[in-house]
Amino acid sequence: MDPILEVKNLSIRYHGAPEPAVRNVSFTLGRERLGIVGESGSGKSTVGRAIMRLIDSAEITADTMRFEDVDLLNASERQMLKVRGKRMSMILQDPKFSLNPIQRCGHQIAEAYRTHVRCSKAEARAKAVKMLEQVHIRDPERVYDLYPHEVSGGMGQRVMIAMMLLTSPDLVIADEPTSALDVTVRLQVLRILDGLVKDKGIGLVMISHDLNLVRAFCDRVLIMYAGRLVETLDARDLNNAQHPYTRGLLAAQPRIGGSRAPLPVLNRQDSWLTPQAQGDAL
Amino acid sequence: MSMTDRLSSAPAPRRLPHGLIVARNILLFLMRAPTSLFGLIVLGLLITLAVFAPLIATHDPYVQNLQNTLQPPSAAHLFGTDELGRDIFSRLVAGSRITLSIIFLVTIVVGPLGLFFGTVAGYYGGKVDTVLMRITDIFLSFPSLILSLAFVAALGPSLNNAIIAISLTAWPPIARLARAETMTFRQADYIAAAKLQGASSARIIWRSIVPMCLPSVLIRLTLNMATVILTAAGLGFLGLGAQPPLPEWGAMIATGRRYMIDSWWLVTFPGLAILCVSLAFNLLGDGLRDALDPKQMNRG
Amino acid sequence: MRQSKRRYAGVAEQGVSILITLFGLLILTFVIGRIMPTDPVRAMVGEDATREVYENVYRQLGLDKPMWQQFLIYLRDIATFDFGTSIRTGKPVLEDIARVLPATIELATFAIIIGAGLGTPMGVIAATNKDKWQDQLIRVFSLMGHSMPIFWTGMIALLVFYANLGWVGGSGRMSQFYIGLVPERTNFLLIDSALAGQWDVFRSALNHIILPASLLGYSSSAYITRMTRSFMLDQINQEYVTTARVKGLSRRQTIWRHAFGNIRVQLVTIVALAYGALLEGAVLIETVFAWPGFGQYLTSNLLIGDMNAVMTCVLIVGVIFIGLNILSDILYRVFDPRTR
Repeated sequence: MDPILEVKNLSIRYHGAPEPAVRNVSFTLGRERLGIVGESGSGKSTVGRAIMRLIDSAEITADTMRFEDVDLLNASERQMLKVRGKRMSMILQDPKFSLNPIQRCGHQIAEAYRTHVRCSKAEARAKAVKMLEQVHIRDPERVYDLYPHEVSGGMGQRVMIAMMLLTSPDLVIADEPTSALDVTVRLQVLRILDGLVKDKGIGLVMISHDLNLVRAFCDRVLIMYAGRLVETLDARDLNNAQHPYTRGLLAAQPRIGGSRAPLPVLNRQDSWLTPQAQGDAL
Repeated sequence: MSMTDRLSSAPAPRRLPHGLIVARNILLFLMRAPTSLFGLIVLGLLITLAVFAPLIATHDPYVQNLQNTLQPPSAAHLFGTDELGRDIFSRLVAGSRITLSIIFLVTIVVGPLGLFFGTVAGYYGGKVDTVLMRITDIFLSFPSLILSLAFVAALGPSLNNAIIAISLTAWPPIARLARAETMTFRQADYIAAAKLQGASSARIIWRSIVPMCLPSVLIRLTLNMATVILTAAGLGFLGLGAQPPLPEWGAMIATGRRYMIDSWWLVTFPGLAILCVSLAFNLLGDGLRDALDPKQMNRG
Repeated sequence: MRQSKRRYAGVAEQGVSILITLFGLLILTFVIGRIMPTDPVRAMVGEDATREVYENVYRQLGLDKPMWQQFLIYLRDIATFDFGTSIRTGKPVLEDIARVLPATIELATFAIIIGAGLGTPMGVIAATNKDKWQDQLIRVFSLMGHSMPIFWTGMIALLVFYANLGWVGGSGRMSQFYIGLVPERTNFLLIDSALAGQWDVFRSALNHIILPASLLGYSSSAYITRMTRSFMLDQINQEYVTTARVKGLSRRQTIWRHAFGNIRVQLVTIVALAYGALLEGAVLIETVFAWPGFGQYLTSNLLIGDMNAVMTCVLIVGVIFIGLNILSDILYRVFDPRTR
């Protein structure tokens, strides 16, 4: 099967920054769920935004960065407008900030559709309401007319999911989709997202710092550290991880019924930053 | 700038007094932007002109020469002569002293007045604060020119009264700023320490709070100076400020207005002078705002 | 339920604070009116009135009573909308002002349309091109507008555009030729002439208003530009702007449909304040353009020391300012769904 997304040796350096934020990251994505895990500042979000071509103030270099038939490195902004939101989209972290506070939720969902499909307002509304149903919102007609500050975080994030999946894209990047939510609704929201991704056969890149979530909801996992890819493995093989960083992360996870000894603290080593360590990981 | 910034930067290297280092950094920052550099140059020029006015002026600004009226600009009279044959260039140079003294006087009235009301309101809080801020609000609910007009009308037209009127209308924003600054320092430990040592409120305000408010107040004054100059010129133009034969720029425009159609130089040059000085203050203020924006300064 | 109660409390509190400010305005105008060195009685009776006449008028004006009584009388007069008569015109001041105010409102409204129409897009462009040449150019252009002595620019503009180029009408609200041709209904010349179907007068009025209004608008656009820029800078780094771009909206659509909508609320406040500040510029520009409005009425009375008229003008400006503040508050509530 042709990969949806192919990235080879991606490096990103923000203007004015001495060091690249991301260097030499390579991966491919088919119709699968890929997790990118790392600490904050490891460059995982930057990778997601670079794929969407949303970063204006950085120098992006790569051997290949291809989304289906689109060369993301050289595509013009005009071409990107046809790709963004239609064939690939992104779920942002916190609905409190990522929804426009002065527009009704439904209007914002419908806009995603009307940007790419010529249709009447009523038609877009019907589409949006139906999509709200699909993200398990009980009273979609009412929620359509609510403002973002009138809905809860979990519902806001479902609105976000509805907005981003309405056009049935081939690729969805979920950037920490549940970190801002209450623990109680996290799983619920993720299940909704997961169900839709599976149903529609969407390629999903889930960016998260939460190893357990990624393990449960992804097929494959990339581990990033300080802008580099340190290890790629199948989610079910996570326990057999080779790289000391990944092993350290896993060891630092608390377990119910585990020993009561203090959790080990990650012991960082400079050797992780050398190219050789990366070669091993790949 | 937050308080912690200031406190943490206080014990910095002691080679130069801290204030001087900051001032030098700000100056260097301003010189790098062409717009604020223009502001600095114009103001430097204004001060030079005012200080050396008698040396720079080519003629006596007050001496009339009725045989030589309304002469266009020439080598003998750079900017031409006015309806009484006086040399316009020399009058502009002499007028720079008036402008500078307006700036100076307004600053020394408005600064202390605003600082006093602001720090007292901010330090005591409660009823004192409510009453004082109510008064500032009332003053703020007028456009400054209209209120100055009313004061000048009541006091009688003259340069001094114009300065008083402008000062009376220019202090409220300063007071608001000083109050806001004071509120952030009021709870600080060193104020509490001073209180424990038995320092009187007056002493605490004067020795501990006023110095902390001073930098931002001075910057705000710079920013407001463009408005002050325009108001002063406007009053002069309406005949409510400096009176003839004083070579105040606004008043010069007012008298030149009658001859404007045939002798454009009568109004053009004084107007350009006002424009330059007020633009200089605006550009400088703009640059200062950028210089003191913590986001900008983090770039090192 | 509780929310609405809180809202009523807020409104009541605001009402009280407005009343206090109004009261302060009255004290201020009263005090300014009393400290003036010119003798109001002398101004009324003339230099060669007998002592008896003088003292009669002195008592009539209540000047023999103690200050606090005079203030109460002043309050009573104001409460009954008795602002005294103008010495110069001999008519009640309020009547005079009602006659001249429409000319100024017409000018200021025209100017604010130009100012906001110029300043808002400039601010948006400056913000979206922060630190690039567009930003620098706009900064200098708008600071120029903020720095020019408007009476001088007015004179130069008259000289260039009227005397030399003949593109616009000169001073006044219309050509001398048309004065008195249109029945005064609203005193807004553009409306009156349109109502009367006098399109020649309408055109002449437009020709005359365009220059002073453009200058006023330019000067107020400086403030609007600067504020729009800083509001916009706050917005364009927000996440919802990213969301809009993820949806596939172009940069321009993102700015105008999403970010701009969010600064609209603040913008309204700014424009209301700028409108008030225009009244100030109007005082000077009306003198230059012989515009028979509020500003000219104020300055001409200032010069002859007609304090009744001057103080009423000052009071009215204060009231207009307070009114604009309330208005911007109300608009804030209307535009922002979060405050509903």
